[in-house]
Amino acid sequence: MPAASASSPVPTLAIEGLTTRFGTRSGTVTPVDGVSLSILPGQILGLVGESGSGKSLTGYSIMGLIDAPGRIESGSIRLNGRELFGLPAEEMRKIRGNRIAMIFQDPMMTLNPVLRIDTQMIESVLAHQDVGHEQARAMCRDALERVGIASPDERLLSYPHQFSGGMRQRVAIAIALLNQPDLIICDEPTTALDVTIQGQILYEMQKLCADTGAALLWITHDLSVIAGLADTVAVMYAGKIVESGTAQQVLGQPRHPYAHALIASAPSRNPRGQPLRQIPGMTPALINLPSGCPFRERCERATGACRQVPPLHTGEGRTLRCFHPVDVPVGAPA
Amino acid sequence: MRVATALATAAVDVETPLRRFARAYLASKVATFGLVLLCMVLFVAIAGPFLTPQNPYDLKLLDVMDSRLPPGEKSGDGKLTFLLGSDEQGRDMVSAIVYGIRTSVLVGVVSTAIALAIGLSLGLLAAYLGGRFDGFIMRLVDIQLSFPPILIALILLALTGPGLGKIIVALVAVKWAYYARSARSIALVERRKEYIEAATCLGLSTPRIIFRHLLPNCLTPLLAVTALQVASAITLEATLSFLGLGLPPTSPSLGLLISNGSQYLMSGKYWISVFPGVALLVVIVAINLVADQLRDVLNPRLQTH
Repeated sequence: MPAASASSPVPTLAIEGLTTRFGTRSGTVTPVDGVSLSILPGQILGLVGESGSGKSLTGYSIMGLIDAPGRIESGSIRLNGRELFGLPAEEMRKIRGNRIAMIFQDPMMTLNPVLRIDTQMIESVLAHQDVGHEQARAMCRDALERVGIASPDERLLSYPHQFSGGMRQRVAIAIALLNQPDLIICDEPTTALDVTIQGQILYEMQKLCADTGAALLWITHDLSVIAGLADTVAVMYAGKIVESGTAQQVLGQPRHPYAHALIASAPSRNPRGQPLRQIPGMTPALINLPSGCPFRERCERATGACRQVPPLHTGEGRTLRCFHPVDVPVGAPA
Repeated sequence: MRVATALATAAVDVETPLRRFARAYLASKVATFGLVLLCMVLFVAIAGPFLTPQNPYDLKLLDVMDSRLPPGEKSGDGKLTFLLGSDEQGRDMVSAIVYGIRTSVLVGVVSTAIALAIGLSLGLLAAYLGGRFDGFIMRLVDIQLSFPPILIALILLALTGPGLGKIIVALVAVKWAYYARSARSIALVERRKEYIEAATCLGLSTPRIIFRHLLPNCLTPLLAVTALQVASAITLEATLSFLGLGLPPTSPSLGLLISNGSQYLMSGKYWISVFPGVALLVVIVAINLVADQLRDVLNPRLQTH
């Protein structure tokens, strides 16, 4: 255990220089490239990025669930100061579902359709805790109640198909909470839900997080969700974190041109009746990344200097990887 | 009180898929006929000894004077009418056929169950673990399936000799590969689904994920395959017995009965071969009708969730 002073508590999750590579037939790709993050207990980090930016793979890397041909190449993943990278598979299995829980995008898919809710919940308690069957059932009942499911005793006996989408996601959250994890990784858990249910789930998550002191890694592409939920935000592009800081800093005054453009292209930020603002071009294929800054081919501020890898600026609690940061708020002409 | 009502409701809800399945199955008249036929076959196979006029393999009851009597003849002592005739040892064909069905169904069901258990386990493990284990199992399956099944069974039985246990072993050796391949292909699709990933994220052990989460989700499509394979196993057993490599004459199956009668076919004593043949046909047709309908009803593309 590293020494923790009272002024700077040990972060629940501290990732340093995490790099995950996949060897494919046409070459090696690096969907997670030197990612560093940290989340304090009870805090919520929003990891934002386009599809294919490597945000989900960052989550899987933390869980140690990178399947061949991929592998975690280097870096450090510390959970409450304990290094997870390089842990034997059996040790890692004991951490998954116990200290780290994961909630997925589509609640229709994450519950086993042929097993009853109680079977699925009880087994995840018994996998990690040395308790009796009846005690496990009582814990499951409490967990369902905590996520706002009415008459939990009856619902335990139901099959997943007897639940609505929002209810299933509540069940998934209840399962994630069963072993009081230190860290919950949410991979776009509200994307498949409609907006009213989404609001309820966000509220529940925020409350549970504050109550239990669990840290939350919230992976999403939905900026509006992040704005209302996250304490800190990290913006990911082509496997790298291009900007991070508090939610206010990053969303209010993004400095990286990509983060700036991403936030500016949110429909609510665009004037009515005009074509929505877009980022020109497409996410580059990971196999064929431009040298230097991966965003330079789509960036209106790019210069020759961007052919070099931009250095990491840190300061005021935020990080930035750009030669030509934006200085004006979103909305003003860049 | 509220809990009790809810439990009752839940029980009704849980039953619904089964009812829907039953309704879908019974929608076809041919399939319903097949099911009735199959139930009769199973009844005969199970209750056989209580139904037959004689125990055809108790030699004390047989009289050589009664041999090769045509259908409808009475036995020498006048106690028994041979409804379907008698064979060359004076055995009542009705009784022999009932015992034959019994043996054939037993061999078909037991060999299928064992082959399914082995093939399903290996197929699931191959799909889930992947890599070298997958490669090894599937090459084994490829090699096995590149030989005609009858050849493999013949070689095995030639080495071990006839016997009920031995023919079951031979049938299992032939059939497991089909199940392994089907199970693997189904499991490969299922294991990519998120609930397996979620189970992994819960830190459940690998055997638990494979046999508790993956297996039940792969069973439905396999059910139709399995039903067809029972028919195929019975046919293969009949073939082997006909060739004299299957069951010993002490516990003859339908194939052996057909074989026994074949030498008399040319002399007009058709009943010794033809009636066991018809019985075999009925068994196979019944199973196939049921299996066909199962395949249609269980087809996920035709299902509405």
